[in-house]
Amino acid sequence: MTKTMAMAFQKSLPVMAGYMVLGIGFGILLKDAGYGFLWSFLMSLTIYAGSMQYVAVSLLTAGASLITVALTTLMVNARHLFYGLSMIETYKDAGKKKPYLIFALTDETYSLLCRADIPVGVDRHWYQFFVSFFDQCYWILGSVLGSLLGTILPFDTAGIEFSMTALFVTVLVEQWLTTKNHWPAMVGLMSSASCLLVFGADDFLIPTMILMTSLLLGMRKNRVYER
Amino acid sequence: MSDRIYAILIIGVIAALTALLRFLPFLVFRGQRPIPQVISYLGTVLPYAVMAMLVVYCLKDISFANIHGWLPSVISVVAVVLLHVWKRNTLFSIVGGTACYMLLIRLMV
Repeated sequence: MTKTMAMAFQKSLPVMAGYMVLGIGFGILLKDAGYGFLWSFLMSLTIYAGSMQYVAVSLLTAGASLITVALTTLMVNARHLFYGLSMIETYKDAGKKKPYLIFALTDETYSLLCRADIPVGVDRHWYQFFVSFFDQCYWILGSVLGSLLGTILPFDTAGIEFSMTALFVTVLVEQWLTTKNHWPAMVGLMSSASCLLVFGADDFLIPTMILMTSLLLGMRKNRVYER
Repeated sequence: MSDRIYAILIIGVIAALTALLRFLPFLVFRGQRPIPQVISYLGTVLPYAVMAMLVVYCLKDISFANIHGWLPSVISVVAVVLLHVWKRNTLFSIVGGTACYMLLIRLMV
C-alpha cells in the first residue's frame, strides 16, 4: 500500500503546481466576492471542477438565476460526459472506490489516468484512487490557501480576476493549436459576440448556448464538419 | 432570499449537475450499448465552442467609453496568446497575462 501511495504521489506531482496556483487564484477571487475560506473549501470539496468554479464566482456576484446557473454548468462541464465514456472499461471493477473515482474525474486527473499505464506491483484501483485523491487535496489546499491569502495579503489584489480570462484564453489557444478544424471555436466566438450585442452582458449566456448548439447541429447535418 | 441561502443553492445546483455529468456515462452505458452519434459529435465540438463563449463571457464588461475600459484587457489577452504560442506552458501564460493586466490597470491612471 505504501508503494502504491508513493507511486500515485509521484504521478500526481505535475498536477500539484497547476492546482495550487489555480486554486489560490480561485480562493482570492471568491474572497474578493465576499465569501471566505469555508465557502472555497465547500465548493472545492463538493463541485471540484476548476473552470466551473471560476465561472461560479462571477455568477454568484451577478446574482444569476438558478436556470442560468444550471444551463451554464451543463455546457461548461459537458466534456466530463466524454471522459466518463472512455473510462467505463478502466473503472469497471473498481468496487467501493468507483463512486469516488467517477466523482473526482477532472480534466487533469483524466489526463493522468486515461492511458492506464499502471506501474507494476501496485494495486490498480488503489493507485487510481490515490492519484484522484491527491489531486483533489491540491485543489482544496490551493483554494483554501487563496481565501486566507486574500484576507491577509498586504497588497492590493485588483486585477487578479484576469486570471480567469487568462485561463480560458490559454485553453482556447491550446485547442486552436492542436486541431485543424476551427469551425466550432469560430461558431462559439461569433454566437457569443452577437448574443452579447443583442441581449446585453447580463442575459446573453442562455441565448448563446442555444444558438451555438443549434448551429453546430446544423453544421453536422450539412456535413460542414469533417473529422 | 438571503445571500447565504442563495449561495448554497447555487453551489448545490452546480455540484449536483457536475456529478450528474460525471456519473451519467457509467449509469447509461453500462452494457455495450453504442453511444448515439449526435452525442459523440457534440462531445467533440462543444468544448471548443464553450471555451470561446467563456472568453467572451470574461470580457463582457469591458467598456469602450474610454481607453481605460478596454485597452488593459485587450493588451493582456494578446499577451496571453503570444506567451502561450511561444512556450505552450499553461501556468506561465496565465501568470504572465495576469501580471501584465495588474500592471496595466495601475499604470494607466
